[in-house]
Amino acid sequence: MSPSLNQYVIEGSTGPWEIVVGLEVHAQVISQSKLFSGAATQFGAEPNSQVSFVDAAFPGMLPVPNRECVAQAVRTGLGLEAQINLVSRFDRKNYFYADLPAGYQISQFEHPIVGAGVVEVELADGSSKRIGVTRLHLEQDAGKSLHDQHATKSYIDLNRSGVALMEIVSEPDMRSPEEAGAYLRKMRTILRYLGTCDGNMEEGSMRADVNVSVRKHGEPFRTRCEIKNVNSVRFVMQAIEAEAKRQVEIWESGGTVEQETRLFDPARGETRSMRSKEDAHDYRYFPDPDLLPLVLDENWVAELKRGLPELPDAKRARFVAEYGLPVYDAGVLVAEKETAAFYETVAKGRDAKLAANWMMGDFFAALNRTGRTIETSPVSAAALGELVDLLTDKTINGRIAKEVFEAMVETGERPGAIVEAKGLRQVTDTSAIDAAVQAVLDSNPDKVADYKGGKEKLFGFFVGQVMKAMAGKGNPAMVNDVLKAKLG
Amino acid sequence: MSLTDLPLSAARDGLRRGDFTSLELVDAHLDAIEALNPRLNAFITVTADQARDEARKADAARARGADGALLGLPLAIKDLFCTAGVRTTAGSKILAPFVPPYESTVTANLRRDGAVFVGKTNLDEFAMGSSNMTSAFGPVTSPWTTSDNRRLVPGGSSGGSAAAVSARLCLGATGTDTGGSIRQPASFTGIVGAKPTYGRCSRWGVVAFASSLDHPGPFARTVEDAAVLLGSMAGFDPKDSTSADQKVPDFAAACRQSVRGLRIGVPKEYRSDDMPPEIDALWQQGLEWLRAAGAETVEVSLPHTKYGLAAYYIVAPAEASSNLARYDGIRFGQRRDGVDLDDLYERTRAEGFGPEVRRRIMIGTYVLSAGYYDAYYLRAQKLRALILKDFTDAFRSVDALLTPTAPSAAFAQGENMDDPIKMYLNDVFTVPANMAGIPGISVPAGLDKAGLPLGLQVLSRPFDEATGFAVAAVLESAAGFDTLPPLRAGAAG
Amino acid sequence: MSLDPATVRRIAKLARLHLEDADVPRLQSELNGILGWIEQLNEVDVTGIEPLAGAADMAMRLRDDAITDGNMQEAVLSNAPDRAGAFYAVPKVVE
Repeated sequence: MSPSLNQYVIEGSTGPWEIVVGLEVHAQVISQSKLFSGAATQFGAEPNSQVSFVDAAFPGMLPVPNRECVAQAVRTGLGLEAQINLVSRFDRKNYFYADLPAGYQISQFEHPIVGAGVVEVELADGSSKRIGVTRLHLEQDAGKSLHDQHATKSYIDLNRSGVALMEIVSEPDMRSPEEAGAYLRKMRTILRYLGTCDGNMEEGSMRADVNVSVRKHGEPFRTRCEIKNVNSVRFVMQAIEAEAKRQVEIWESGGTVEQETRLFDPARGETRSMRSKEDAHDYRYFPDPDLLPLVLDENWVAELKRGLPELPDAKRARFVAEYGLPVYDAGVLVAEKETAAFYETVAKGRDAKLAANWMMGDFFAALNRTGRTIETSPVSAAALGELVDLLTDKTINGRIAKEVFEAMVETGERPGAIVEAKGLRQVTDTSAIDAAVQAVLDSNPDKVADYKGGKEKLFGFFVGQVMKAMAGKGNPAMVNDVLKAKLG
Repeated sequence: MSLTDLPLSAARDGLRRGDFTSLELVDAHLDAIEALNPRLNAFITVTADQARDEARKADAARARGADGALLGLPLAIKDLFCTAGVRTTAGSKILAPFVPPYESTVTANLRRDGAVFVGKTNLDEFAMGSSNMTSAFGPVTSPWTTSDNRRLVPGGSSGGSAAAVSARLCLGATGTDTGGSIRQPASFTGIVGAKPTYGRCSRWGVVAFASSLDHPGPFARTVEDAAVLLGSMAGFDPKDSTSADQKVPDFAAACRQSVRGLRIGVPKEYRSDDMPPEIDALWQQGLEWLRAAGAETVEVSLPHTKYGLAAYYIVAPAEASSNLARYDGIRFGQRRDGVDLDDLYERTRAEGFGPEVRRRIMIGTYVLSAGYYDAYYLRAQKLRALILKDFTDAFRSVDALLTPTAPSAAFAQGENMDDPIKMYLNDVFTVPANMAGIPGISVPAGLDKAGLPLGLQVLSRPFDEATGFAVAAVLESAAGFDTLPPLRAGAAG
Repeated sequence: MSLDPATVRRIAKLARLHLEDADVPRLQSELNGILGWIEQLNEVDVTGIEPLAGAADMAMRLRDDAITDGNMQEAVLSNAPDRAGAFYAVPKVVE
């Protein structure tokens, strides 16, 4: 089997190398309180103010699991088309670190709550690829260490200790930085659609551990290294490339890649070995004796499934079918659930393609320019819809619409009001158009002669002049017709 | 009759009749503690001022017409239960400075019912032991002596609680039983000790040793007193995921149930050739007492019982090694600084934990480590299933089981310390009930030839402590055990 | 299964218990004694037996998602032997 065209490879001195990538995403669960304690989960609170005695592992404290965290994991599993395991178990993962107060993390090892699933990703060349998900399990997040506050001490904040995480493990199905980036973006979209994680990598509510190995095409897998806690899609893609190159160099110089844990240094664009976790591999997993087996009721899972929102792939397909949009456009509009909802409000009962063009063009540009989001948009969906109406019923033309839209962004006013206030109604009065056209032709006799003599491009000049004379408000179709009639 | 001669129920009746006040009752016991604790070392912390304060409040409440199952009665609390504002050490240096900001559910329940706490009792460090010799606060001396006046152990790990109740320094006490740590010291000190069903009493706020084996339970001088205490301690706790959502029956009433028609099983594997003849004789005597009361006795087989102890010494240390990882000197407790974080951990823990605790942490870490989990921990948990199955099968044909509590009477301090296994063997009759989670109660039934107490153990079905209390009450009545330890409140010398 | 000194040291390290060289032989002998005694469990045939999942044979109760705890910065910090304002302090860790 030969590599397909467009297959990503690292060109080494001995030939091309394939890369093999697997991702472990740690996604913080959206919930009021923590996985095993009733302390709050909100980001950015005063240090150690969202810590219970359970989170701080005081003597005699015991874990009690949060139903909503379990539900969120099930919803995520359903969104990944994965197997939901009605019986699962919590295990202790034992190791010592300053941000792990109990000296163990409650996780799921042998029997996770969710089994195998799949994520479909769309690539730049228009193709799509199915990336396997191996499993999803629930576990506690650790606290935070600050190493730069004091010369000889590290400071520990346990606010994050005990927050519920979903660890989502992919199959090693990715073969390029692009595929990994697409998988992460799609995962983020799915999680945000489900409302199970906000996918905010800057704040650390979604993190990725990246497993990278390289091989010659057709070979079995070689040793992989894990790059921990990469906190942006861009860095993930850079880290993969940097690590793959590092490994290729080692193999080609006759060395052996050692299995180890590494960190990505974005400033240097390279990965480096992590010293501290070297001997922490013996986690001595065993079932947490403070907890019982997690048994889910089938009916409860079915109810959760009924409550799921329409997911991105389904919504995209529906947009193509219902609104006649091209797949790419539909894909852009469904990338965020809020954007898709906004679009549907604009498009409902209107020219869907016109609505899509306006959103993807002027509207997105305006959001970018003003630094706003869909949620904080200066232009509401209803207002944008009204603009589309004014275009559809020809009250205004395309050029005027742009002017009106700019005013909408600036003032927050409705388009109808702006059109009236500024007198921007499109002129469809035949005599007015007739007069304007005539005036332009009369004042440009030489150009008329040139046109009649064969310079057809001058037609655009006449149109422009007429529009200028009519302050842009002339109905373009009518202007065209009248010009054609008069020019012969 | 001195106020310290009254068992719990009698003292409660006395308070209700107004024969004396709670303050008088508590004062009498505090005086006894002051006189005897220097010798017995039963208490790590005595809360005299607080106790008097609580006693006054109890008297005032009673004057207003209030009452409660334990209103104004002085109890002692094993120093494994976190008591808010009162130092809780678990018998360890590593927790010597720890003052909990929260109250355990069990002690909160006792307070809810009006109990007065006179202090925190001594124990084997982190509840690991059968002699109370491993406490960082010195060993406990049993109130019982032999003619050669050697200091004897009260048993363990709840040795302080057992000694305190036996010596009449309090009317009752709490203990925990992980491998026998309530029943065995009760047997050694001639009092009643009960381990309920797993999950009957909440573990929230109890310093954890082995989570799947720890059972809080009561010590008292009579079966009925123990039943009253358990009734107060027990109850579902949503803060403990292993807490049983079961109604708490009237255990005191159960003590008066007839045993006529009950079938009592005698597990043949509990008898061995080297069993001391007097213990065997007492066991037979116990069976006769029950037959005289109308019960039937029948031999049963618990084939896996003999493996219980070895399986326990895999599971308990494994869970302990993980439960004790939180003692690192960072958020509470004693700390020894180091050159880096790992050094801090190593020095804090090596210095803060005693040798028995360190040994068990090492065993536990080893049996869970890579490559050994299946051979040890998993295998031991399978054996546990077999041990439970043995009991379940036996309980199809009998209602309770009768066995000796311990393979000997109390031994001298310092004995059995050279070989850990010798010490572990003290729990051979008690451990299987922890592994299966079934209730067990020890009743003082007789004396050995040195004049030291011997107990008999009644085991019953899960959540059927009632039958255990009924059988125990019959044994108590028949045995008429009324020997008193020389080192007790009010005794001369 | 017999432990050698290297294994004893490795376990002590895993358990974060400082071990003086002088203590290794005695500890090795004690642990080997206990482990040797435990070997008797191998006599039992456990094929087909499911391990006991804790003595209480129930399914786990789940708690409502509500903020019922935390918000007690002082209480969780006040027992700390080395405290730096709102933080716990430990010797600096280099990652």
